[in-house]
Amino acid sequence: MLRIVKYVLLDIIQNKILIGYTLFLFFVSIGLFNLSDDPTKGVIGLINVFLTVIPLVSIVFSTIHFYNSYEFIELLASQPVKRSLILWSQFWGLVFAMLLSVLIGVGIPIIIFSPTAAGFSLFFSVLGLSLVFVSIALLASVLTRDKAKGIGVVLLLWFFFALLYDAIVLFMMFALADYPLEKVMLLFVSINPIDLARVAVLLQLDISALMGYTGAIFREFLGTWWGIAYAFSILFAWATIPMLIAIRVFRKKDL
Amino acid sequence: MKEVILFVSYVLVSVQISAATFFVGKGQHFKNIRSAIEYAAEGDTIMVSSGHYHEAELVVEKRLTLIGLDYPVLDGDYKYEVLTLNASHCAVIGFEICRTGTSSTQEIAGLKVQSADYVIIESNRFRDCTFGIYLSRSDHCVISNNDIQGIIKEEQNSGNGIHLWNCAEALIEGNNVSGQRDGIYFEFVNNSEITSNNSERNLRYGLHFMFSHEDKYHHNRFYQNGAGVAVMYSRKVEMTENEFGYNWGSAAYGILLKEITDSYISSNVFEHNSAAVFMEGASRIILEQNIFKENGWALRIQASCDANVIRENNFFSNSFDVSTNGHLVLNSFEHNYWDRYEGYDLNHDGIGDIPYRPVSLYAIVVERMPYGLMFMRSIMVYLMDKAEKIIPSLTPEQLVDKMPAIKSLEF
Repeated sequence: MLRIVKYVLLDIIQNKILIGYTLFLFFVSIGLFNLSDDPTKGVIGLINVFLTVIPLVSIVFSTIHFYNSYEFIELLASQPVKRSLILWSQFWGLVFAMLLSVLIGVGIPIIIFSPTAAGFSLFFSVLGLSLVFVSIALLASVLTRDKAKGIGVVLLLWFFFALLYDAIVLFMMFALADYPLEKVMLLFVSINPIDLARVAVLLQLDISALMGYTGAIFREFLGTWWGIAYAFSILFAWATIPMLIAIRVFRKKDL
Repeated sequence: MKEVILFVSYVLVSVQISAATFFVGKGQHFKNIRSAIEYAAEGDTIMVSSGHYHEAELVVEKRLTLIGLDYPVLDGDYKYEVLTLNASHCAVIGFEICRTGTSSTQEIAGLKVQSADYVIIESNRFRDCTFGIYLSRSDHCVISNNDIQGIIKEEQNSGNGIHLWNCAEALIEGNNVSGQRDGIYFEFVNNSEITSNNSERNLRYGLHFMFSHEDKYHHNRFYQNGAGVAVMYSRKVEMTENEFGYNWGSAAYGILLKEITDSYISSNVFEHNSAAVFMEGASRIILEQNIFKENGWALRIQASCDANVIRENNFFSNSFDVSTNGHLVLNSFEHNYWDRYEGYDLNHDGIGDIPYRPVSLYAIVVERMPYGLMFMRSIMVYLMDKAEKIIPSLTPEQLVDKMPAIKSLEF
């Protein structure tokens, strides 16, 4: 498998879009950190940019890459190689490439400008998000045959996680305002990986004091090892479950 | 300089009333302060040399001036109250008073003044006292340049730095208070002035102000207090040129204004407070020429407030500029500078041509459902606010600044 991963990774790293993405992350980080003297402001600015852009690029790039290497996958499928191995190697190739981009584009500026708890929680959050959205992308790709349809589906998924989900939860919150919903809200916010990442970073900033009682519950929870374990297991679930389903589907798929 | 002042005051006192002066300390006539106080007559002066005095519960019943030379230490051994003044025209200058007792039923103070007018308390140090300076029923007192540092304990057994109850015409000037429950506490204190004090890192409020009318406080600094400054149930209070900063926490305010009427708040700087000004039941307050910078909420105005005027303030990078909990708004906003304002000024008169609505939809949502703050900095919230700005539906219609300033205002 390592050999296939190596080929996939080499193929992706040479991709101009990925290089452009890395440079984009790098310069946005440096730009925002230089915009103000206070590095925490840089982190706050980066939350908005990264939590939209990184999931979007991860999911769309992975999907396009999957469809573009369809012939390579077909070729591999004709060899005595396990189906699951083929998809896993695609996954790991993409994950390594995305992590490399984030490592260079986000990690280096954060180490230089803001090596704080907030900075590192942002860094680890976007690492996790990259992983999650590669996994979701592969599931969507194996489920749809047509490239255009596949890209449409993943865009819709991104739209759901980044925007629609918050809108739905906010609407629900509004409709059920008379009920004590604090704990339920925490559950809902923590289920969406983008929201979970955002809250995890915000809790490291002193802005979290504004969150009052709810923030206190969340901080108390996420501050403990159980909370950290919970957050990690949610992200881990989002990264593995779609991928495992994708493997199941891909095994029986008529290529 | 201090020696000169002490000498001059000593000369003045001795010349004016031709009173005797007694010295206390090693090698002096009096070995302890108690015997000197007992011996002295009305109007005498007692000079105490430096040293450590364990004299519990000293009580002064006659007009005396107590002067400490090089900060003699009056130690309460964590058991007693240290010094009580029960006579008018007393003065206590230059002592270090420390380690009072603690009690949850009595109010034990380092220096207590009871029913005594025209008392001067100047340049003393208070260390680890339950209450620092405690005045009750005493008018025309001056408390200046004292340094009060408590050791933070839990709120129920700790006391206030400077505590005034039922006094009038007091002057509190240039004191430094930290680590107490409330830095400065006023209850039923009228016509008084609090100026140039520094009150920081107190457990509860930097300044706590109740039922105290026609007072002024200016040029004070209130930093990092548990809950900021509370001004309650008072009228005609003037607050100018103070600094309120870093009062940060889920229940902290720069100033909490509760049931305040006819007051004037001007030229203050509010920086980095979770809610810079929280108003509840406040009426006829003028808020002008203040600077609100990097607060969670710059203004939280409950619907129970009316006839307040908010004009010519600067608002810079606050998470929420204004928030309110009702639809009816009876306060007016005029010519403030809002850094979020996105209008234009075609005739270049410095006033934006389209009105500014300082309450965002998200601020309203959060006011109704505090747990909505979980969505802070979500893109959805940003889009929602944008949409609301274009077609206002939920935000109160009257809450609008019709003449927003284009550039930040200079005072």
